[in-house]
Amino acid sequence: MLGLDADQLRADMNRLLAFLFHQGILDEQFLQLQQLQDENSPNFVSEVVNIYFHESEKLLRNLRSLLTMDRELLSFDKIGIHLNQFIGSSSSIGAQRVRNICVAFRAASDNNNRTGCLRSLEVLEHEHCILKNKLHELFQIEQQILLAAAVRYPVLN
Amino acid sequence: MDADNKVRRKEVLSSMCEQRARMLQDQFSVSVNHVHALAILVSTFHYDKDPSAIDQDTFAEYTARTAFERPLLSGVAYAERVKHSEREKFERQHDWTIKTMKREPSPIRDEYAPVIFSQETVSYIESLDMMSGEEDRENILRARATGKAVLTSPFRLLGSHHLGVVLTFPVYKSKLPSKPTVEERIEATAGYLGGAFDVESLVEYLLGQLAGNQAILVNVYDITNSSDHLIMYGHQNQDGDLALLHESQLDFGDPFRKHQMICRYHQKATTSWTALTTAFLFFVICLLVGYILYGAAIHIVKVEDDFHEMQELMVRAEAADVAKSQFLATVSHEIRTPMNGILGMLALLLDTDLSSTQRDYAQTAQVCGKALITLINEVLDRAKIEAGKLELETVPFDLRSILDDVLSLFSEKSRNKGLELAVFVSDKVPEMVMGDPGRFRQIITNLVGNSVKFTERGHIFVEVHVAENPKPIDDAKAETCLNGGALISGGRRFNTLSGYEAADERNSWDSFQHLVTAKALQDDASVKMEVADEASQSVTLMVSVEDTGIGIPLIAQHRVFTPFMQADSSTSRNYGGTGIGLSITKCLVELMGGHISFISRPQVGSTFSFTTVFGRCEKASLGVGDTKKSNAEDLPSGFRGLKAIVVDGKPVRAAVTRYHLKRLGILVEVANNVKIAASACGKNDSSCGSKIQPDIVLVEKDSWLSGEDGSMNLRMFDWKHNGHMFKLPKLILLATNITNAELEKAKAAGFADTTIMKPLRASMVAACLQQVLGTGKRQPGNGMLNGSSVLGGLLCGKKILVVDDNMVNRRVAAGALKKFGAAVECAESGKAALKLLQLPHSFDACFMDIQMPEMDGFEATRRIRMMETRANEQMNGDTDQGSVRKDEWHLPILAMTADVIHATYDECLKCGMDGYVSKPFEEENLYQAVAKFFKTKPVSDS
Repeated sequence: MLGLDADQLRADMNRLLAFLFHQGILDEQFLQLQQLQDENSPNFVSEVVNIYFHESEKLLRNLRSLLTMDRELLSFDKIGIHLNQFIGSSSSIGAQRVRNICVAFRAASDNNNRTGCLRSLEVLEHEHCILKNKLHELFQIEQQILLAAAVRYPVLN
Repeated sequence: MDADNKVRRKEVLSSMCEQRARMLQDQFSVSVNHVHALAILVSTFHYDKDPSAIDQDTFAEYTARTAFERPLLSGVAYAERVKHSEREKFERQHDWTIKTMKREPSPIRDEYAPVIFSQETVSYIESLDMMSGEEDRENILRARATGKAVLTSPFRLLGSHHLGVVLTFPVYKSKLPSKPTVEERIEATAGYLGGAFDVESLVEYLLGQLAGNQAILVNVYDITNSSDHLIMYGHQNQDGDLALLHESQLDFGDPFRKHQMICRYHQKATTSWTALTTAFLFFVICLLVGYILYGAAIHIVKVEDDFHEMQELMVRAEAADVAKSQFLATVSHEIRTPMNGILGMLALLLDTDLSSTQRDYAQTAQVCGKALITLINEVLDRAKIEAGKLELETVPFDLRSILDDVLSLFSEKSRNKGLELAVFVSDKVPEMVMGDPGRFRQIITNLVGNSVKFTERGHIFVEVHVAENPKPIDDAKAETCLNGGALISGGRRFNTLSGYEAADERNSWDSFQHLVTAKALQDDASVKMEVADEASQSVTLMVSVEDTGIGIPLIAQHRVFTPFMQADSSTSRNYGGTGIGLSITKCLVELMGGHISFISRPQVGSTFSFTTVFGRCEKASLGVGDTKKSNAEDLPSGFRGLKAIVVDGKPVRAAVTRYHLKRLGILVEVANNVKIAASACGKNDSSCGSKIQPDIVLVEKDSWLSGEDGSMNLRMFDWKHNGHMFKLPKLILLATNITNAELEKAKAAGFADTTIMKPLRASMVAACLQQVLGTGKRQPGNGMLNGSSVLGGLLCGKKILVVDDNMVNRRVAAGALKKFGAAVECAESGKAALKLLQLPHSFDACFMDIQMPEMDGFEATRRIRMMETRANEQMNGDTDQGSVRKDEWHLPILAMTADVIHATYDECLKCGMDGYVSKPFEEENLYQAVAKFFKTKPVSDS
């Protein structure tokens, strides 16, 4: 029973991954990331993703506060720097959609388009939220698989 | 001509005049001669005979009978010289008194000259004293003095009142000495013979005998007194052609008198008809030519005016066109910006807690907004194309991955409709081509989008071939298509992707197989040809998008590519859209140097196919890898060498599956159904490895459902026979759409591993396979092991510094490098890196992020290099034997960057970096960058 459960969980995870790929939320970089995970660093992916969310939430907060500043104090350069960070880290974990929105955001900030930036920021927060939820879900399934595998008699290895 | 005419006229006139003058003169002289003869007669018979042989009657008769001899003389008379002393005697003798011209008895004079004989015509002058008339007296005196005939000036003759002249001839009594003096003559004079020339009537008569009498006007003058010409004949003031006259001198035998004849034409010269007509014709011709020239000139001017007008209109039209396009571009851009806001807000709104009605409203609004954005984008494109502003890029890109992307775009829709959506790219199509990936994607998206929109069942199949190949098959297939296609469309299962009939049968399995096998043959036979092919700079691809939709009505087929034209107005009601997409597609295809066409049969489907020309991508430029990342997704190489069996009853679909698997480097066999597959495995078992040993078995859902028992068998079979074997093949279900019940059943049947949802995409298949094979990625993937082991060898034990301000990136980079056995240290800013790299240090390489706050990668590198040169100089200074020194300080620094623009690369090299890797890390890329300097390194290292 438990073995079957693990299979089902694995299938669920695959479906979730396939969904994420179909939606363009993730791209192949995420697979690369997964490949880097091995027995030496068993929690590599979740570790990186946690860092990512920690950093990106900070960045989002900064961006939000930068954009809600008074018009005179508004510094698009700073926004650009933050966005570059955001883009870099997003592409590192393969968060394709977030990255694309960041690129659009950066274009808006390059044009000193404040309203455009605000719009992008909102979309970005929304997308970020989705990504977070989905990845959270994914890791939960992974945890369950690990749990199930721990119980299951190891056939393959 | 007129001058000629005049000359001729003048000649005619002069000759006529001369003729008349000579005639007149001749006649005159004849008459004069005759008078002379009469004079001699009188002298002979009147004076030499005694008594006189002549009396009045004799004279009258004689003269009358000889009158024909003197046609010019109206009559002749003889007057005797009578001296005053003899008067009485004479009067007695003749019994009449001498009378004057006025018929009065003559007054006393010295001498008289009474007429004694006269011709009957002038008998009225008998007894008149000729010397009583002034004219006659002068004449008589002159005549007897000269002894010759003399003429009077013209005067009115007695009786007839015609103008005339009197001719007087002297008659001498005795013979004169041979050279008589004047006195002797006077003395010897016995009388005078006179004759009156009635010049007027005589000339008239004379002229009447001549031709051309009417034409000319003749005047005869006595010009003895040169200042006062006396007219002898003709009217003084007569009309006539005064411009032209001819004068002829007349000699009437009297040297004292001079006469002249003047001839004129009666009428003015009639200008000659030929001259006139010629002139007229000439005039007319001139007129016509003039008119023609005028007309031509007018026409030219008009045409020029028109041309200018047209030009102006054209300029205006062009300006209007540009303005329109600019307007469209601007407006659509301006609309897009707020629309994005609207859409974003709607998306946010949809995430909030909404009642179902509200949600419905919001969703509708979002759908509409999306449609509007699409429309605006299309209009913008159209405007751009029309304005000629659309420029195509030429960058290397991976055709296959673009097709995969497009497919994934429509996967959701097609899955909802239950459509089979697949792509197949021929092996001959180069991996990378040069062209505009964005526009290519747009074309494909348009076509596939249309197909998805208008297809309710069946399939949509995108195929790409090199254009040279399918031509002969085209021809062959076209015939069968015409012959049999429509006739047997009944219940037959078609050998297409989904089994539904397609409009263009070229894509059915027959030709498809033909293509594939032909290709396989060619692969062997035409290696040379391929070499030649690669030498050529461009490759023409033939892309076709086949669907089994509603098709295009025949009447609408010709305007499919016209903007804003849909098949009929109901189309937009039923399916939406504006009909601009295909016209844009056509424009784009033509911009890319190809052309587009379609075959469509209503209720059967449509096949749009187009050709496009791409440049070949040189391998060298590919190798750098800078361009690759930008548009080519990189398929994991970990599956190379795996073996798979595809179980699918439909050969086309199987070929598509095989195509995707092949791209992952998986060896593929196709089995028609599960049993064959099972038996293949079975044989496998017994003959132990001579055949392929499948790692994966992919089963199409249809095949599985149709042979469900078989699949159970398969599972049993596998378990039984592979029980003692090390591994068992993974079972994967391929499905377009799957219900939950089916899913359960599938799981029960043994497809626990995974289900791959169609449409297939190589990357997606790869992702799924990775999941399925799970930890097995290191196990079978010897290809991958190769790559990483090489990298491991290169990097093992090296100490590497990673400089990046982004913690995530740092972690990932470190993770990747650690995996290859490198010892990694991290620095989070340029400054920190500088601190760590103070000489001497023990790092073997440094990966440096470019974009960092405070001090960016370029600056940091520059400083590091400065430090190194300083250290090197010092060292060289310390030890003079610098040549012995085996290595100088030079830390390999590799830039990490997300932009892969060439300029960035140049910049990297400029500030002293050794190379760069694009972020995020890729194995191959990393390997290439690292290999460059680590291979030579060991020599110098230790």
